[in-house]
Amino acid sequence: MRWNRIYALVLKYFFVCSRNAFRAMDIFFWPVMDLLVWGFVTLYLLKISGAVPTMITFLVGAVILWNVFYRAHQVVCLSFMEDLWSRNLLNIFTSPVKVSEFITAAYILGLAQAVTVMVILSAMAAFMYQFNIMTIGPDLPMLFVNLMLMGWAMGLVATALIIRFGPQAEVLAWAIPFLVQPLCAVFYPVSVLPAWLQPLARCVPASYVFEGMRASLSGSNEVVFNYALIAFALNVLYLAAAGLLFKYMFEQARVKGLLAKYNA
Amino acid sequence: MFNRIVEVTGLQKHFGKYEAVKNVSFHADRGEIVGLLGINGAGKTTTIHMLLGLTKPTAGTVRVFGRDIETSRTEILSRVNFASSYIALPYNLKVIENLLVFAHIYGVKNPKNKIEKLLEDFEIHHLRNATSGRLSSGEQTRLNLCKALLNDPELLVLDEPTASLDPDLADKVRKVLQRVNREEGCTLLTTSHNMLDVTELCDRIVFMSAGEVVEEGTSDQILRKYNSDSLEDVFISIARNHSVDGRGDKVASSADLKKVKVS
Ligand SMILES: Nc1ncnc2c1ncn2[C@@H]1O[C@H](COP(=O)(O)OP(=O)(O)OP(=O)(O)O)[C@@H](O)[C@H]1O
Ligand SMILES: [Mg+2]
Repeated sequence: MRWNRIYALVLKYFFVCSRNAFRAMDIFFWPVMDLLVWGFVTLYLLKISGAVPTMITFLVGAVILWNVFYRAHQVVCLSFMEDLWSRNLLNIFTSPVKVSEFITAAYILGLAQAVTVMVILSAMAAFMYQFNIMTIGPDLPMLFVNLMLMGWAMGLVATALIIRFGPQAEVLAWAIPFLVQPLCAVFYPVSVLPAWLQPLARCVPASYVFEGMRASLSGSNEVVFNYALIAFALNVLYLAAAGLLFKYMFEQARVKGLLAKYNA
Repeated sequence: MFNRIVEVTGLQKHFGKYEAVKNVSFHADRGEIVGLLGINGAGKTTTIHMLLGLTKPTAGTVRVFGRDIETSRTEILSRVNFASSYIALPYNLKVIENLLVFAHIYGVKNPKNKIEKLLEDFEIHHLRNATSGRLSSGEQTRLNLCKALLNDPELLVLDEPTASLDPDLADKVRKVLQRVNREEGCTLLTTSHNMLDVTELCDRIVFMSAGEVVEEGTSDQILRKYNSDSLEDVFISIARNHSVDGRGDKVASSADLKKVKVS
């Protein structure tokens, strides 16, 4: 791997974002809207039902962390789709850029996006809902890393499918996170799910992260490390699987002449 | 130092049942300019894409600088570059940004100087801060050529480099390519439908039809063989005698072709 090539790909995406107001919406606008709506919903719930005050911390924390996963996933896909839309794949893949460098650049962008979203939403939640994300304490980095890793893995899966099935598969970039969301235990514990769904949720790294977040916010920190460890093990597995899938789909695209065709 | 820059042997590409490239072998030596000619759909672009590792061959090998593209892709492609009139650099980036990105990809030392020089060579210096998407197709073509020369390639692969250029600019571009070839020893492999490109630039021609090489030689050799004084006539003659039926079923055989006389 050569850093100059990875740097070039990251630089290209920054140029694209700086030129494109709609891309800024993905970075700032939607996550902020998400937080606003959910924040007000919880305020309302507190008012009418006298729900336990930890609820607001659960829901607001969940919105922030969900966006870490979702935006990391989305940017991994978007950085690829920018090249697809701007018909640049041919230029990239006739250059010495390696597939591994291409993926690394997408991961770096995913990380940058996850951090940005986390910082913005945390600041906003502190200001509007007096929610301090730091109350999650030293567990926060473990939870954050696991969500970002899951975002990388799912983003790579979606990208692999888009490479193979073309622009009509683009909807996956937005759909995949919501397909798994019910199993992620974002806003409710896994135990709420029907018995037959629970084992499936146990296979999703995010379910451990959100259980961990709730445990941490309610002061039972001792379980969080174990949760994070399980999530990490699952993430490593999924990242490896996503990498293999991507490699396979990329080779399929080379066999079918698709990398050139998307430029036609 | 070996002189065989490109060695393509028994190259085939099938897309499903369709044989886009049936059996192509040719080579290019150091400092040569080789023209890949043929009618629409002959398989030139597909061949070039296999040569660049973009498309995986069904059979056959591509060796560049003596190495196999399938196993040494990165090493090869850092010394090669490519431009086509039919692809563009990202439309939403400025000209200068696009070139900067590719300069970093190719690890160009002193990228700013290199970029300024290329923009001047191709007379698009005034467009350095323009958004690439607003360039005319001729300007876009020249921007592609700037990108293609960023890394001082030892092998430059071009797909119809002058397709969208007016005669004056086409001539200027040919002069730049000739200079790069003579002064920097860059080997060129180019497709073109512009016979002036071929006569003025190419040392040797590889003529493809329906996925096969049907003629090869210097333009003089080919003109003599066809008893003609215009490559355009030879092109038409080869094309008509190798006309395709449906998707690529050759009507005339190579043996028939050799009987062709151009008046
Ligand atoms: N990815 C693909 N899938 C299926 N068929 C393809 C694909 N790419 C090319 N072809 C077919 O292969 C044949 C050769 O195409 P190619 O682009 O190589 O021709 P060409 O010689 O470059 O023609 P032109 O002069 O028009 O550019 C065409 O009939 C084309 O339809
Ligand atoms: Mg072509």
